[in-house]
Amino acid sequence: MRLLVGVNGSERALGGLEEVVDRARQAGDELTVAVYSSDDAVAATEEAVRDRLETLDVDATVETVTGQPGSRLVELAETDDYDRIVLSGGQTSPLGKIQFDSVIEFVLLNAHTTVTLIR
Amino acid sequence: MTVRFPEDTVDGFPTPPRTVTDADGREIRLCEVTYDDSDALTAMYLDFDPEDRAQGIPPGDEDSIREWLEVVMTGEALNTVAYHDESPVGHVMLVPDGDGSYELAIFVLQAYQGAGIGTALVRTALGLGQREGIQRIWLTVERWNRPAIGLYEKIGFERTGDDSFELEMSLRLEPVE
Repeated sequence: MRLLVGVNGSERALGGLEEVVDRARQAGDELTVAVYSSDDAVAATEEAVRDRLETLDVDATVETVTGQPGSRLVELAETDDYDRIVLSGGQTSPLGKIQFDSVIEFVLLNAHTTVTLIR
Repeated sequence: MTVRFPEDTVDGFPTPPRTVTDADGREIRLCEVTYDDSDALTAMYLDFDPEDRAQGIPPGDEDSIREWLEVVMTGEALNTVAYHDESPVGHVMLVPDGDGSYELAIFVLQAYQGAGIGTALVRTALGLGQREGIQRIWLTVERWNRPAIGLYEKIGFERTGDDSFELEMSLRLEPVE
């Protein structure tokens, strides 16, 4: 399978990336990592993602996504015919409730591609 | 996340401990509790119907429940429990968010829902918060959960969040003299 993995700079997303890499190795999946950032720090985020991929010793294409990350991820998945979008799921509120940010919400609602949410 | 709060304050909440009679005639005791009481609450949450989970909480297994209760019952958090025959049947937590505001959540065992306990419990927890000097309280609720949204509105919460999966509501307490 060809996977499009959406990653922002959060520790949760980078941790999720490790899980994806593990599974992709076992399954022989092909990975593209789409880096996005909610605060214009996409270059720094890309750096962190490349570092993490190097540590994990894995071959993956890295792309950066600007503008509205949600709609760009959906579009990219459709135009480049990916089999699946993978995202890491949400923040936790002070008392432990899961909250999805607008990127995750947009992708879940609008993607025609299958979406996996890592929790 | 940044929460907006209404300018108008809300007042008139009762403080714990107090006893109410629910719509089914059951005597329900509402008390402030601390982390020392977490064993009884762990037992309550083990009985909790997964159908009544909200945004991933309460967790399902005992270890995760204990871990979660430690988060919501220690530090500056304020906890109010509804007891029936000495057993907890409902729980409201107010947990500091690091911004000087508090996040609220409530859970009531299925057999005790729909009898007015939730409303009494939230109002009593707000009275406790007011007594402890808290002013800004917020919560999130799933958009499809209309009974809960109606309950919070009746108590004085206003919808303040933008449109997303969860509806954000908040309330400003009248400061105590």
